[in-house]
Amino acid sequence: MKKEWPLWEIFIRSKSGLNHKHVGSLHASDAEMALENARDLYTRRNEGVSIWVVESKHITASDPDDSDPLFEPARDKVYRHPTFYTVPDEISHM
Amino acid sequence: MTSLNFEAIFQSKIDDEVKIEPKDWMPDAYRKTLIRQISQHAHSEIVGMLPEGNWITRAPSLRRKLILLAKVQDEAGHGLYLYSAAETLGADRDDLVQQLLTGKAKYSSIFNYPTLNWADIGAIGWLVDGAAIMNQVMLTRTSYGPYARAMVRICKEESFHQRQGYELMMAMAFGSSEQKAMAQDALNRWWWPALMMFGPHDAESTHSDQAIKWKIKRKSNDELRQSFVDVTVPQAEYLGLTLPDPDLHWNEERGHYDFGKIDWDEFWKVVKGNGPCNRQRIQARIKAYEDGAWVREAAMAHAEKKEQRKLQPEAAVKAA
Ligand SMILES: [Fe+2]
Ligand SMILES: [Fe+2]
Repeated sequence: MKKEWPLWEIFIRSKSGLNHKHVGSLHASDAEMALENARDLYTRRNEGVSIWVVESKHITASDPDDSDPLFEPARDKVYRHPTFYTVPDEISHM
Repeated sequence: MTSLNFEAIFQSKIDDEVKIEPKDWMPDAYRKTLIRQISQHAHSEIVGMLPEGNWITRAPSLRRKLILLAKVQDEAGHGLYLYSAAETLGADRDDLVQQLLTGKAKYSSIFNYPTLNWADIGAIGWLVDGAAIMNQVMLTRTSYGPYARAMVRICKEESFHQRQGYELMMAMAFGSSEQKAMAQDALNRWWWPALMMFGPHDAESTHSDQAIKWKIKRKSNDELRQSFVDVTVPQAEYLGLTLPDPDLHWNEERGHYDFGKIDWDEFWKVVKGNGPCNRQRIQARIKAYEDGAWVREAAMAHAEKKEQRKLQPEAAVKAA
């Protein structure tokens, strides 16, 4: 009987007020061990105040080869940006 | 699209300093080169714990013991960051470990030298980590994203490794005459192997050109080695120790230190498995792997049982 420990993706909140951010991955037999290993591996110097662990197989990623059609719809919508609009100089607080 | 087009797009990304990420198209040879390089780098971090681990129980003070423990633990961490970077390329962790244990994969030859006196711990931090930093700082800008990010993390931690080593060398070099002699002895033994860490001369280095075109590396072995010599000579002078090279002198014209011939026969002898500690290092890794097998299996069995209980609480109780 030989089965490898599954792979987990690790996300760390570096301080309160910031998002959790992906920092890397590690192997662990279950979620509790993944949390403990993440503590030892990714926060040896106070790099975090909170950890999320997600088994890697549960992540669905977009395909980089499809990124053109995927992100294209946002590309031509310049009117979504404030710089699209002209406001006279004498108008302030806008 | 033909694979030629893919290859052109890939190279133009590299030329434009766009990082390559795990799911991006990449040439097979790029993937293979990276898996080989990253896993060998990981193995070096792991085997690199052994020469220093040898002194943890004999550290001369609690302060030194805590420092050494923290340093060795960091090296384990570096190995793990790197293995997980290799896994983003499709490598399997267990395969990589097997390649180390069977001798199929190499690791840095420097770790096949023994740590004979306490000053060796200082010399390793100062010179071996120092040489590694030269290489690793360059690799923070390597073209493969996960490798570059692992290197950034590693470099942040390496600075402590080198400084604690130099501080230890200062304590020895400025101590009693016996201590100073130990420091000099350690320097004599570690200097040349540290210079060999940068690998063969550029003219003899087989993978270099392609690695530079792909921006896996950005500087050649000889360039990195020269930078290391240039920054290290004044550090040795400050300690009042003598680098074991009669040909070492400042070359005004080049603006660099000239240094003597490296003994490449020794280098290849150690690479091919006949250094002072090659067998011992691999034996130690095999023992750790085999002794840990029951723990890995038990943890997995426990996790599966817990999962089972969550799914069908009653059936699990009955079965138990
Ligand atoms: Fe390291
Ligand atoms: Fe280090």
